[in-house]
Amino acid sequence: MTLDRWIALILLGVCLAYGYTAWFMMDATLAPFMRRNPIWPSTFPKVLSVLGILASLAILLGLEKGEQTVGDIDHRKLGQYFYGQALLLLGLMVVYALCLRPVGFMISTASFLVIGGVILGERKWYIMVPVALIATFAVWYLVEEVLGIFLRPWPLALVN
Amino acid sequence: MLEGILIGLQTALSLQNLLVVIGGCLIGTFIGMLPGLGPMSIIAIMIPVAITMGDPSAALILLAGVYYGAIFGGSTSSILLNAPGVAGTVASSFDGYPMARSGKAGKALTIAAISSFAGGTIGAILLVIFAPMLSSVALLFHSAEYFALMIVGLSAIAAFAGPGQVIKALLMTVLGLIMATVGEGALFNLPRFTMGIMDLQSGFGFITLAMAMFALPEAVFLVLKPKNLGDDGGEIKDLRITGAEARAIAPVIGRQSVQGFFIGVLPGAGATIASFLGYAVERNIAPKAEQAEFGKGSVKGLAAPETANNAACTGSFVPLLTLGIPGSGTTAILLGALIALNVTPGPRLMVDEPQIFWAVIMSMFIGNLVLLILNLPLIPYIAKLLAIPRNYLIPFILFFTLMGAYIGQNNATELLILVGFGICGIALKFANYPLPPLLIGFILGGMMEDNFSRSMQLYGGVRFIWERPMTLVLLLIAVALIVLPILQAQRARRVAERAEKN
Repeated sequence: MTLDRWIALILLGVCLAYGYTAWFMMDATLAPFMRRNPIWPSTFPKVLSVLGILASLAILLGLEKGEQTVGDIDHRKLGQYFYGQALLLLGLMVVYALCLRPVGFMISTASFLVIGGVILGERKWYIMVPVALIATFAVWYLVEEVLGIFLRPWPLALVN
Repeated sequence: MLEGILIGLQTALSLQNLLVVIGGCLIGTFIGMLPGLGPMSIIAIMIPVAITMGDPSAALILLAGVYYGAIFGGSTSSILLNAPGVAGTVASSFDGYPMARSGKAGKALTIAAISSFAGGTIGAILLVIFAPMLSSVALLFHSAEYFALMIVGLSAIAAFAGPGQVIKALLMTVLGLIMATVGEGALFNLPRFTMGIMDLQSGFGFITLAMAMFALPEAVFLVLKPKNLGDDGGEIKDLRITGAEARAIAPVIGRQSVQGFFIGVLPGAGATIASFLGYAVERNIAPKAEQAEFGKGSVKGLAAPETANNAACTGSFVPLLTLGIPGSGTTAILLGALIALNVTPGPRLMVDEPQIFWAVIMSMFIGNLVLLILNLPLIPYIAKLLAIPRNYLIPFILFFTLMGAYIGQNNATELLILVGFGICGIALKFANYPLPPLLIGFILGGMMEDNFSRSMQLYGGVRFIWERPMTLVLLLIAVALIVLPILQAQRARRVAERAEKN
């Protein structure tokens, strides 16, 4: 089974779960006076769930055949892709998301930029570290001072 | 109309707004040149800045400037590196890159700048002429027609997805609509599909979704396919165009400005289709001797897509400003920004807030002029930015993606949602699912449900479908848009199979 069909199968599952909630669970909590309305909160989701199930089934069963358009991905060269670096960068983004509040903007952002460069194979510390520090401070200044959006600069422990 | 134009000029020519449009064009050009960041991602990054400005006219002028700058910047990386940042500039690389390879990089960039300027300016003139007309027609529209029109727009987006892609685009649109139902809707004041998670109470953030579906997968793909990024800035010399070349491209620019504009007006068509169609048309109508030049560095082959994509970008503002319906992913993001600024685009915009409506149109003229004046002398320097090593570039793109989502919602959970959706976006891209329909569906979803609910309440059910003829006609058009391409593709396949047997 090709990847697009696997994804259609997953989306079919999503649409079925969504449809189950819309058709069988949402209306139970509806106030009696709202039941007289021609439209309920579940009406639109019900229609969408049916459309979603039909569309994902059509892809899954291969009903629409056409010349395969060439997208961004060259499926013949999938083996040559750099998956490790991409996964590490995504992991780094998750760590950044978790650290931003407790560690503060300055340390987490400068570390993110430096570690991101290291993951990609950069080893020129004397360029990387100053660039990361200057960029971090510039963005913090722009966001906090110019735009007025609060970004905690330092770790919570240091502030208290 | 004249009064409106004057109001618009007054607003657009204020010192603050002039600086804003110049800044927007510069930022757009510089970021647009980075392969992997198209206008959609750049506008998504700039939205928090625009919203913080407070003044809707200034914010829209900034975003329009960024939009034009980004398209021009995208052409630069297409021409110099054969690395188109966005689909709309792919056609520009067909002839632009061979020109750059043969030492005419400067000339190619100059043709691109002049064609973009002409396409954008003629497009803006057509916008001045046609937007009020469309707007007065649009005033006749009620909730039922709006609902039907949105269905037509979404169907058109799916229908234009290309052969073999219609159902995938349809599924993506439905997925976007499904995501829009998460959270507390305005009409019912009931949390829906939140799974008990407090952070989902207000629904998914559209900036987060835009970043996750466009900027993040594009940046990750730069890591996955590293050879796409070159370090060579290309040689820039000889900016001048000869008289013969000018005479050759003038009619192309004229034709493609008009054609591109009207393709841009169609919801879902947009710059990509306009540029490919422009290239194809010019190639077909060129004399046989010149046809052979296409693909090897023809000036006509570069001018056609460049003019058409800029004119189409201007055209895509027509449905956005007059009907409140975005014709492309980029205008969908602009629509989101407008709503965040408390401006509801639609037929009433021209009547209720003429200063915003006309200021945006006037800023298009100014933006195009600014782009031409700024970019021509800057071309040799601009190209240097492309030489930034990817080891620095990619962490910065990822960081700006994270910041865009964080500043929009001021919530660290949003970053985790961003990464989660980003992974989904990458998987969808791997499987060749088109992502813009998902975002357009998501942004239109709320409005579509509101209009549907209002019509249902007014007519006590679905009677509005056959009691309002315009609604019925629009819905039939929507069905035809989906069914016809599928049937056509099937018939073409059958004919091909029969021909093979014989």
